Amino acid sequence: MTALYDCRDAFVSTLVELAAADPRIVTVVNDSVASSKLGAFRDAFPERLVNIGIAEQDQVGVAAGLAGGGMIPFVSGAACFLTARAMEQIKVDLAYSKRHVVLCAQSPGVGYGELGPTHQSIEDIAWLRAIDGMTIVVPADPVETAAAVRWAASYDGPVFLRVSRNPVPAIHEESYEFVPGRSVRVRDGGDVTLVANGTVLWRAIAAAELLAAEGISARVLSMASVKPLDVDAIVAAARETGAIVTVEEAIATGGLGGAVAETVVTEHPVPMAMLGFPGFCTTGSSAYLIDKAGMSPEGIAAAARGVVARKR
Amino acid sequence: MALTSEHITLRPVTKPGPGASRDEVVAFLAETARQIRLQDLALVHFAGAGHIGGDFSATDIITTLYGAVLNVAPDRVEDPDRDRFVLSKGHVAGMYYTTLAAFGFLPVADLATFLAPESKLNGHPNRLYVAGVEANTGPLGHGLPIAVGLAKSAVLTGSPRRTYVLVGDGELQEGTNWEAMMAASQHKLDRLTVIVDRNRLQQGATTAETNDLNPLADKMTAFGLAVVEIDGHDHGALLDALRADPVPGKPTGIIAHTHKGHPISYMSDNVAWHHGVPNDEQYALAVAELEALGVVR
Repeated sequence: MTALYDCRDAFVSTLVELAAADPRIVTVVNDSVASSKLGAFRDAFPERLVNIGIAEQDQVGVAAGLAGGGMIPFVSGAACFLTARAMEQIKVDLAYSKRHVVLCAQSPGVGYGELGPTHQSIEDIAWLRAIDGMTIVVPADPVETAAAVRWAASYDGPVFLRVSRNPVPAIHEESYEFVPGRSVRVRDGGDVTLVANGTVLWRAIAAAELLAAEGISARVLSMASVKPLDVDAIVAAARETGAIVTVEEAIATGGLGGAVAETVVTEHPVPMAMLGFPGFCTTGSSAYLIDKAGMSPEGIAAAARGVVARKR
Repeated sequence: MALTSEHITLRPVTKPGPGASRDEVVAFLAETARQIRLQDLALVHFAGAGHIGGDFSATDIITTLYGAVLNVAPDRVEDPDRDRFVLSKGHVAGMYYTTLAAFGFLPVADLATFLAPESKLNGHPNRLYVAGVEANTGPLGHGLPIAVGLAKSAVLTGSPRRTYVLVGDGELQEGTNWEAMMAASQHKLDRLTVIVDRNRLQQGATTAETNDLNPLADKMTAFGLAVVEIDGHDHGALLDALRADPVPGKPTGIIAHTHKGHPISYMSDNVAWHHGVPNDEQYALAVAELEALGVVR
């Protein structure tokens, strides 16, 4: 049985480790200590956990001010509220103002599957992609989450970092370092490329194994950095494999799939499929909803067969 | 008609020394505010755009801050311990740029580029373009939360600096201000001062007709601020209120009662001058009124 992880644990332990070495690091929460699993941070640095109450616009604005005062704020709250509620603060106070603030979007995608579309956050990546200067990171496992947190602490600009509660297996090596705009080829192949990130990366890898059994060689790109995008790897995938499937725990348009499609259509058009949620989801566990949207390993493999069949 | 360098008449001012009397400081502030209004009026008239009404309601407040309150200087804009001022009502940028130029943060000659293509002086201030600007504002309701963060960071780093934020009264219809006032009280940010430019007018009508803020002092008090009300055009009253030691544990709220378009006869308290642009005749009249003020003093 493969061990499964909650990426919030890596997020918090890394943050505590960084904060011990750097007194500028603070967390800014909206009464979200428990849901962000930030108890260990609160216990270690109670004065550096700034609770603003249930007020996301204020939370992000305060974080911009804390950054202006020399702190490095990690703003943690449920992805759905942090993005939708505070969008103008993210645009103006963080991105337009080039503030070093890390938005830690908790339980994104369908992490709160059973709570319904009010609490699901499938739009966040599409929304934030439109904002100039944002870096968008969607880690796939605890190692990548920890690496992204470390990188974000050192990068002088606004970062949007998804932190998922969905159980995921470990994928990346312990030595992995996050680099914005750089993807990782986690599996090589020549017939089709699966581009995935976040909690569905393991599903893309499993799909590639299913495809291999039937003689289709699938490349898998781990694309944690949605913005900036690894354009070179995508163009190479289009040229060398001739078909692409994107897979993400998000609305199927405007996010990773949209970013990849924009690159493919302008640089080297090839058949593509974009897997994600077609719209508001129903109620169910995250695994149920992701499977239902065609992102089970079998579903991804079927989409891959489809684009391979469309190759000329 | 276009704004050019010949319309820039402002000269940088020298602040009174530490030994100056209160009367000397007040006289300096009055004359500096008059010069800032004259220059700002020219910016708006010749550039053909701006927010002259709000500019003139806030001029005395901002002049007092830069002239005699804020512990900040052009050669210390990166000093971690400098006082912070956040202009939340960012649309009064023309007056703010003029004030920054008067106090040496910005070359006076740059004012000729106000609102011009590719100018750093756009309609709302950008901290990355203009030294001394602490926050990019414009959308209302952003400055006060940012000021709360700035004040909280002073506590966390043990800095003695103070944080001032100027909000418009119409702006207080944005809920973020009240979220931020709650948080400021909760965090006992007594080095934070919230100044309300209480000119009673917003873009389209009076605040009372739109979404009445009264009883404003009671509301701010209920949110945990130590509130004082003053005449926002009285430099002595501004000086005393802005320099006062805070009430321990409480953010300060200063409701500065002002008149939009002050002191121009045809602009004052007239909602039409939210972003009206004076024509040649109106410009000449306003200049004459401001020049007469100088003679009287």
